[in-house]
Amino acid sequence: MIVVEVMPKPELLDPAGKATLGAINRLGPSAIEGVRIGKRFELTVDGPVTDAVLAEVRTLAEDLLSNAVIEDVVSIHLRSSEDLLDELDEGASGETR
Amino acid sequence: MTRIGVVTFPGSLDDRDAQRAVRIAGAEAVPLWHADHDLQGVDAVVLPGGFSYGDYLRCGAIAAQAAIMREVVDAANAGMPVLGICNGFQILVEAQLLPGGLIRNDHGSFICRDQRLRVEHADTAWTNDFAVGEELVIPLKNGEGGYIATDETLRELEGEGRVVFRYLDVNPNGSMNDIAGVTNARGNVVGLMPHPEHAVEPGFGPDTDAAMRSGVDGLRLFKSALTSLLARA
Repeated sequence: MIVVEVMPKPELLDPAGKATLGAINRLGPSAIEGVRIGKRFELTVDGPVTDAVLAEVRTLAEDLLSNAVIEDVVSIHLRSSEDLLDELDEGASGETR
Repeated sequence: MTRIGVVTFPGSLDDRDAQRAVRIAGAEAVPLWHADHDLQGVDAVVLPGGFSYGDYLRCGAIAAQAAIMREVVDAANAGMPVLGICNGFQILVEAQLLPGGLIRNDHGSFICRDQRLRVEHADTAWTNDFAVGEELVIPLKNGEGGYIATDETLRELEGEGRVVFRYLDVNPNGSMNDIAGVTNARGNVVGLMPHPEHAVEPGFGPDTDAAMRSGVDGLRLFKSALTSLLARA
């Protein structure tokens, strides 16, 4: 699985993030002073993640999954099935790493 | 008779209203389908308001990739008048037929109001019936209507006279420079957030001093297109 993360450009107002911060503050005193909201895309691939696949994902991220006028692609990374199994185990045992 | 196409995307809301506005203006309204590669020989195209593809991914982002947009982009680049209303404006921006971007309203709410606008520049296919400085009142309804652009783009738009409409009294969505609508360099592609198609028929438009619901300021956008097209013919 390939994960792409997209965030609104830092210089733009993020009304959704601002509204969420308001909600956090209404819950009670908080250490949180900022919230920005973006998107996380999980792309599953049939077969191995080759350089060609990664190149396609980079292009997709720039051309479709984000709008360069208003957003930045902040991360493209792999999630292997091993990572996912580890997280399921963590959940079951209650441990955090 | 002049034929003006109105594209329906999955989730378009105001396509039939735009078709009606075209008819009231005196042209033939031609419904166009998002999945067709066929503009059916129309003389102009309207991309209507609504929630194409549920605003999934980003407003207008998926619609900008629709089959028919290839033909719309080619036609626009060849000089065909294209009008993007609200979601249609978002589609034009995502398709890069117009510069800048449209983001969520700064106050975070969906807003519906009868909005005063000023015509900043009339030299476009959709506004040549107006005089610069004229004011109009047309309904506005959007959640993601905040026009944003880099300083460089704003300088270019303002400097080249490509801001077509500006919000008066109230900036309903935080748009930079109170920009309500812009045009491309050639003046054939116009996008605006408010809805002219909802102010074309007495009884169904904004209130005016004359009578309730009597405002028809939006009609002149459609009539302007007719004037432009007939002048070319």
